[in-house]
Amino acid sequence: MKILIVDDFSTMRRIIKNLLRDLGFNNTEEADDGNTGLPKLQTGNFDFLVTDWNMPGMTGIDLLRAVRADDKLKTLPVLMVTAEAKKEQIVMAAQEGVNGYIVKPFTAQTLKEKIDKIFERIENA
Amino acid sequence: MESTPINRDLLLEKAQLLISSLESAQTSDDQLEAQIDEINSLKDNHLFQELGKMTREIHDSITKFRMDSRISDLAETDIPDAKDRLEYVITMTEKAANTVMSVIEESSPVAEKLGAEASVLKAQWQKFRRRELSADELRAMGNDVESFFDESDLMMSKLLSGFTEILMAQDFQDLTGQIIRQVINLVNEIENNLVELIKIQGENQVKDTSQEETRQEETKLEGPQVPGKETSGDVMKGQDDVDDLLASLGF
Repeated sequence: MKILIVDDFSTMRRIIKNLLRDLGFNNTEEADDGNTGLPKLQTGNFDFLVTDWNMPGMTGIDLLRAVRADDKLKTLPVLMVTAEAKKEQIVMAAQEGVNGYIVKPFTAQTLKEKIDKIFERIENA
Repeated sequence: MESTPINRDLLLEKAQLLISSLESAQTSDDQLEAQIDEINSLKDNHLFQELGKMTREIHDSITKFRMDSRISDLAETDIPDAKDRLEYVITMTEKAANTVMSVIEESSPVAEKLGAEASVLKAQWQKFRRRELSADELRAMGNDVESFFDESDLMMSKLLSGFTEILMAQDFQDLTGQIIRQVINLVNEIENNLVELIKIQGENQVKDTSQEETRQEETKLEGPQVPGKETSGDVMKGQDDVDDLLASLGF
């Protein structure tokens, strides 16, 4: 399981990376926005994407759109971890095809639950 | 600044009158003086008009500056809002610091206890190696070792969960970073408006461009939710709200 973590704050990337390691996901890579993240996704054989929303350069929602528009990436599970908590934004992310949505600040337990749920749904599909 | 032109015709007329008065022997000094004063007053009049024009321009500029609603917004809403957001930054950094210190305070005795029990076992083990242990003592050591294994499992998981807690406490850096960036943008905007004000005072010329530049509306991202702050639109209070919303959307 190879996971890409996209967030403009390196502290948050480290937190997510460490939490994922605790959950048994050791193979992670990082990018600081959509512009650096998308090329990695296109060439890196990733199985999962965790992304922030508000980033300079390419935002998380644009990255999600780019992923869904890319033939090779369109089925990639995407989990959004962001401080944006407005209803219309969550609805927008859902419409663009996000698989899970976590608002910051979050707990390790929440991250585990959401990831489990995403994989559960993929297996049942 | 453009100056009002001197009324040349009037000046010529007065000057010619002055010359003819000078040439005439009948003119008294008083009369000459009165005529010179009249010419002088033409100049004063010109100065007065200039001053009036300048005053009007300054007045217009200041009125316009006052009417710019963005500036009153800044003073009434944005600055108090920024203060609250910065207060929230203090709260979050304080909470993170306290969380980390609490974990350390709770974990240190655990680590110390583990170390102490290990050194008791080590002493017993060395005695055993020197063949100084009786059969009863050997049995006791076996029990001690067993309970140490059980306990160390428990303690290790306690320490590890402490590490996770310390890790999670670092999320303040991302959230406070976003808030501080918002405040920096606000300070920039205030700076631009102050520069504008100084321009008005200095050269009495206002250019209308700066307001448009500073206020560009995109799909506005609100950033971290600050407790007690009403942001526009429907805002989720936490992960549970988000989950409910997503569930209603078929997630």
